[in-house]
Amino acid sequence: MTPFPFSEYIVAAIFWLFAAFAVAGAAIAALSTRVIRSVSGLALCCVGLAGLYYFLNSPFLALMEILIYVGAVCVTIIFGVMLSEPDEPARQGSERREALWGAVAGAVCAAVFVGIAQLGLRGVWPVHAPAGDELWSVERIGVQLLTTYSFAFEVISLVLLVAILGALAIAHGGRRKE
Amino acid sequence: MNPIHLHESAAAYLVIAAFLLAAGIFGLIRRRTLIGMLISGEIIFSAAGLNFMAVNRFMAPDPSVGQIFVLFLMGIAAAEVAIALSIIIAVYRNYRSIHSTELSELNG
Repeated sequence: MTPFPFSEYIVAAIFWLFAAFAVAGAAIAALSTRVIRSVSGLALCCVGLAGLYYFLNSPFLALMEILIYVGAVCVTIIFGVMLSEPDEPARQGSERREALWGAVAGAVCAAVFVGIAQLGLRGVWPVHAPAGDELWSVERIGVQLLTTYSFAFEVISLVLLVAILGALAIAHGGRRKE
Repeated sequence: MNPIHLHESAAAYLVIAAFLLAAGIFGLIRRRTLIGMLISGEIIFSAAGLNFMAVNRFMAPDPSVGQIFVLFLMGIAAAEVAIALSIIIAVYRNYRSIHSTELSELNG
């Protein structure tokens, strides 16, 4: 069977596209001044991450990323944006002071990025033989969630339940009668 | 490093995760509203998840452990967003503002 022509290049192009989505989304989320654009950047970043998870052999996590982040987290944050006035106020300090703080923040983040990237590129990582396809199946994740990790699974269900109840209590308790 | 086969090397994913972490930290420092800071925190969570998955794909003997761990991470992040947003809305009701510079009642 001959492979599809240029399939290698198409796969590489799709990988680069998703990597660019993730990077551009994170940059938009961190840099834009309007909060609604930040939320859109977060959604774009999560779509890119879902693609990267797919390239990392895990379509299950790609689906979960879209479902939880794009479907739930971003929509919830947009509700929060609607219920408050989140746009950034005009900066109050002098221009030079703001520029100085911006430069300090940029330098710190550049140092973090370069340091960790160097660690990833130069570090000597133990390499295992790639696991077989049967170890990557969703069925295996399900079996493990209900056997080896059943306690953690129950605990995280409880955490989510308590978080929902706590969120309801906090949001309701602050309401004053007017 | 061949750009065509980059998706088969761990380094590409680790560098992307490092960028996401740096962008998240920059946002946490520079954003001046609580919702902007929450979004930056989510990006840091995503960076951690991508790192876990990259290590899981290329260096772990049992690949289902990393996937389950990242799934738990997403659950924790979702719980965090729910709590944080309700706190933000409660703060907005009391102060009529969610700008971090104006929430300075405890500022000595």
